[in-house]
Amino acid sequence: MYNILITVAVITGITAVLALILTWADVRIADYGERKIVINNDKELVVEGGNTLLSSLIANEIFIPSACGGKGTCGYCKCKVDSGAGPVLATELTYLSDSDMKNNVRLSCQVKVKDDMSIQIPEDLFNVKQFKGAIEIAKDITPTIKFLRIKITDGQEIDFKAGQYVQLLAPPYGDSTEEVFRAYSIASSSFEKNFIDLIIGYVDGGILTTYVHKHLSEGDKVTFNGPYGDFYLQESEVDVVLVAVGTGMAPIRSILYEMLHKKIDRNTIFFFGARTKDDLFMLDEMKMFENELPRFRFIPCLSRPREEDNWQGHVGRVNDAIFKYLEGKDSTEAYLCGSAPMIDSTVNALIDKGILKNNIFYDKFD
Amino acid sequence: MEGINPLVIFFASIFTSNMILANFLGMCSFIAVSKETKTSLGLGQAVTFVLTGTTILNYFIYHYLLVPFGLEYLRFIVFIITIAAFVQLVEMIVERYLPTLYYSLGIFLPLITVNCAILGVAIFMVIRDYNLLQSIAFGIGSGIGWMLAIVAMAGIRQKIKRAPIPKGLEGAGITLIITGMMALAFIGFSGIVNIQ
Ligand SMILES: Cc1cc2nc3c(=O)[nH]c(=O)nc-3n(C[C@H](O)[C@H](O)[C@H](O)COP(=O)(O)OP(=O)(O)OC[C@H]3O[C@@H](n4cnc5c(N)ncnc54)[C@H](O)[C@@H]3O)c2cc1C
Ligand code: FES
Repeated sequence: MYNILITVAVITGITAVLALILTWADVRIADYGERKIVINNDKELVVEGGNTLLSSLIANEIFIPSACGGKGTCGYCKCKVDSGAGPVLATELTYLSDSDMKNNVRLSCQVKVKDDMSIQIPEDLFNVKQFKGAIEIAKDITPTIKFLRIKITDGQEIDFKAGQYVQLLAPPYGDSTEEVFRAYSIASSSFEKNFIDLIIGYVDGGILTTYVHKHLSEGDKVTFNGPYGDFYLQESEVDVVLVAVGTGMAPIRSILYEMLHKKIDRNTIFFFGARTKDDLFMLDEMKMFENELPRFRFIPCLSRPREEDNWQGHVGRVNDAIFKYLEGKDSTEAYLCGSAPMIDSTVNALIDKGILKNNIFYDKFD
Repeated sequence: MEGINPLVIFFASIFTSNMILANFLGMCSFIAVSKETKTSLGLGQAVTFVLTGTTILNYFIYHYLLVPFGLEYLRFIVFIITIAAFVQLVEMIVERYLPTLYYSLGIFLPLITVNCAILGVAIFMVIRDYNLLQSIAFGIGSGIGWMLAIVAMAGIRQKIKRAPIPKGLEGAGITLIITGMMALAFIGFSGIVNIQ
């Protein structure tokens, strides 16, 4: 009996003392008190010190793009920290270029708020909000691409420029144990403020695309935030070249709707790449745009048409079509969307055609 | 173990009784983190620091609390609790007052809690009946030994990065094989002193 009591007493004593020390340390050492974050020398936030800059900003409803959810693996959450960030961390180095380092650009998900800070973020980001929505339409438009219409159900309206993207959330499901955000370009018209359309391709083993393709169905609730990005139609009168492959259709469709709504009459040519006829989609809409927009031309290109496709149109990749059909002027603006290799080779083709590098805008999807 | 000079214990725990290569303790972080010499060195330093600190702490708790009450059999659980608390405390202090060190070690500090080399040293200290000075020498030596092994391993792994390794052996597999070879090499030291 004596033995049991003494054992319990000693263990309790030791753990209690250790717990006390840790609690004391938590209060005295790990408490950074309230810290001020001054944004763009103008807006001031008071936050609880010790958290990451990213989470402190999100807590104040300022959403910085963070495709990896703050794990330091996407490099999206960059922002300029003029003071108070401390030394650059090993975990940031991979994502910071030399010019980033010179300009105090940091990964906000790695930097902790331990001192008062002064940061600079693009004004656009103040417009970013988190939305709750429900899937209104979910349909397969090719064997590997799904079309989603998400109706915003929390009473907010989304304000974006055609070409911008949102970040969609996948909650933990199946083997995926964490919440992840991934970027998806908005495919709907910027005049529609109560819903957004997304065009999402299936990536084998991909966390979010598997969630969308195998788990989501009509009526399900989803969360997304946005809008982000500086890829959008510039205001000018010059000719426009649009180039997309696969799901790269999404922002281009939004841009075309914007042209339709604002009655923008610019000489526009859209090269759309796919492998076979099965991979083409929204052809009716493209026909509609051709009828409604006086100077719009749609050129689908199949890189591997099958015999049964009976394909009369262009055969080859978009690069070859650009070479064949495009009359480049140096003033022409080009908007490209798709994978990195496709963008790189298309940029070269456009430069060969005489289009200025500064007039080429793109969103790389990976 | 009155007789053994602390200095002998210090060197023996680095070479002949190396925690990893002779006792195979602390393997999980050894294998997981030994991809790059710089980070291995960081973890090695952190382990050495924590080893030294916890060994001293556990020495006092064992001899002044557990022994007087006849509670020696509680040492495992008590040592583990102490180590966990110590690592947390160190993490908080380093984060607050030594930010540069924290940033280079930060992610490895919590890993140390589950490093069995730390518990191993505390238990050996008791089994071998070391006095305070011997325990300190043993703690520091074992930490340095562990650091030596992981840095050497990281160096080797960086060198073999481009070597054609059979698919099934990549990563942990080849690391274990190399560990075995390193252990064989370290056996060469074993005749010099023995503190077992
Ligand atoms: C600005 C922007 C806009 C985007 N817009 C769209 C869009 O409108 N529609 C759309 O479908 N996607 C779009 N993406 C890509 C999208 O954000 C995801 O990267 C993609 O859907 C894969 O996500 P996942 O979670 O399924 O795959 P993950 O779990 O992130 O990846 C799993 C594995 O697949 C690999 N992988 C990832 N993407 C690809 C790929 N495309 N091809 C081959 N392998 C890949 C990864 O390397 C990884 O090994 C956009 C990306 C950006 C940056
Ligand atoms: S959120 Fe991805 S790197 Fe910071």
